[in-house]
Amino acid sequence: MDKMPKWADVVLIPLISLILAAILSALVILAIGENPVEAVNLMVTGALGSTYGWGYTLYYATNFMFTGLAVAVAFHARLFNIGGEGQAMLGGLGVAMVCLYIPWPHWSIALLAACAGSMLFGAAWAAIPAYLQAKRGSHIVITTIMFNFIAAAFLNYMLVNVMRPQGSMDPATARFPEAVHLPTFQSMFSTAENVVFRGAPANISFFVAILACVVVWALIWRTRLGYEIRAYGHSETGAVYAGISPVRITIIAMLISGALAGMMAINNVMGEAERLVLNSTEGAGFIGIAVALMGRSHPFGVFLAAILFGFLYQGGAELALWTSIPRELIVVIQALVILFTGALDNMVRMPLEKLFLSLRKGAE
Amino acid sequence: MEFFITLIQVLDSTIRLATPLLLACLAGLYSERAGIFDIGLEGKMLMAAFFSAAIAAVTGSVWLGLLAGIASSLVLSGLHGLASITFRGNQLISGVAINFLAAGMTVLVAQSWFQQGGRTPSLFDGGRFSPIEFPFADALSGVPIIGPIYSELLSGHSILVYVAFLMVPATWWVLFRTRFGLRLRAVGENPAAVDTAGVSVVGLRYAAVAICGVLCGIAGAYLATALQAGFVKDMTAGRGFIALAALIFAKWRPWHAMWACLLFGLLQAIALRFQNIDLGGIVIPVQVMDALPYILTVVILAGFVGKAVPPRAGGEPYVKER
Repeated sequence: MDKMPKWADVVLIPLISLILAAILSALVILAIGENPVEAVNLMVTGALGSTYGWGYTLYYATNFMFTGLAVAVAFHARLFNIGGEGQAMLGGLGVAMVCLYIPWPHWSIALLAACAGSMLFGAAWAAIPAYLQAKRGSHIVITTIMFNFIAAAFLNYMLVNVMRPQGSMDPATARFPEAVHLPTFQSMFSTAENVVFRGAPANISFFVAILACVVVWALIWRTRLGYEIRAYGHSETGAVYAGISPVRITIIAMLISGALAGMMAINNVMGEAERLVLNSTEGAGFIGIAVALMGRSHPFGVFLAAILFGFLYQGGAELALWTSIPRELIVVIQALVILFTGALDNMVRMPLEKLFLSLRKGAE
Repeated sequence: MEFFITLIQVLDSTIRLATPLLLACLAGLYSERAGIFDIGLEGKMLMAAFFSAAIAAVTGSVWLGLLAGIASSLVLSGLHGLASITFRGNQLISGVAINFLAAGMTVLVAQSWFQQGGRTPSLFDGGRFSPIEFPFADALSGVPIIGPIYSELLSGHSILVYVAFLMVPATWWVLFRTRFGLRLRAVGENPAAVDTAGVSVVGLRYAAVAICGVLCGIAGAYLATALQAGFVKDMTAGRGFIALAALIFAKWRPWHAMWACLLFGLLQAIALRFQNIDLGGIVIPVQVMDALPYILTVVILAGFVGKAVPPRAGGEPYVKER
């Protein structure tokens, strides 16, 4: 018998954790001498009060959907992939190579190829830690952390020494050709008399991200492979007894995870910057951890959590613009969300379980 | 002779750069030997770096700064203990949260206190640890070979450097020659056995996490008040993770930890001094030096050069059977 109803596990616990994180964040804002109510107002108008704000919110959300899904898929196999950041960097390299070195007639074909390139590079970067975990038992958390740093050094080398155009001081690739520029929300939704999303970076990859959510949902809950991944994550010995190979599941789950993290690059590299710059990922790989934890590793939860973090990111940027609260407030909120939904989960869960048990006893 | 002077200078900066790594590495050693994984070393160092520099800047006393740094690092340690020991949460996720908490809070508080874009004011005389000159360092500096080694390499570091290197034999002694150390190691391998013997698993693990906090605090204070003069945003720059790498490289042993930290410090010193290294035809780009500690760690973890086996109960919360 479950200790508490399913809705409490799926909705109530994340909600309470979120409220706790919000209360603490409000206290932090108070402590640095600002007004939390005013801050929330500013964030809401800045991020959701105009199509421009929404354009940024959804742009960030697209990044976090990909990285959140990446972490979530690995979580289902009980693997903790901290390497989303490095995998997304390599995905960016894949996108840059596809866009720069092959002449594409139209953005739609280029987008398909860029998806393939980013997935390939992201998956490749996850493959080595996955192999080492599966075959040699090296702890995946440590190896993926190390691979984040190696990726940063590698990308630095590629941008400074190899891909930088001649005569440029900036460690970045050349601009991608006009033909591979993705349609933005502005060009997709504006009419002649009414321009919306003006100048905002949200682009067609948002819909690719939603598609990815659906595909991941179908993969995890509607296919044999997804069943095997969940079975392995639930109990390794049980899975082995059922004839599921731990090596195979570990490697496949990590490859999917790396590919999803890599795919983020179609949004930030191809859709927004239209060239590959240093630090293009801006920590989105790590936010994936918070997003997956909050979304309870379910694609729909990841979708909602990604939009919430997109809102926080854009709202935080607006706050930094209009008040003396620096952008790092978002990093604090992110930390609190990870803390409450991930590490201190039992602090919220234990009293709730007791409460539901006593309620049930009362009913009997 | 010129080569010798360069060598001394590089080794001198190796010692300086290895010190924060060594302190953080030993901090992780205590925690992980007791079965608590800690990937929050980076965050604790960063927090301590800020508070030590901030308090030193405000009071003008570096010692008060050091205390503040240790205290702030201990708070984060307590949080880690609460999450991973009391509430039996995921230690890795807790570590990630602590790193972000420190990265955000330091800038937030720095901006609120000093309004200098997330940094503290530069520290002057009393606010920094000054170098300690060994006796006769000046007089002996003229002596060939031994002179420079004594007066340049060994003498003239801040007190925290000597503290860090003295912590190595101290850690060895505590872990392998005291009852507390035996129990601490046992609790990381087989907590149930320790519990059966009537010793508190929770108490031991909290003690280990607290020691980890103190050492990370000293490491952070060293960064901001000795190595540099003040706090800047993200000044730990991945050192917590290099320390973690060194810990694995050393296979969780104190003396090996020192050699690993010196090696990684040397890599940093070389990268800092030479940028791209030309070996007659083959140029080693500076990025290779940056990535080398991490690559070496992955190789060690892969078990191709001697297998690194972590403490057996590491990462698992202890649940008493009932």
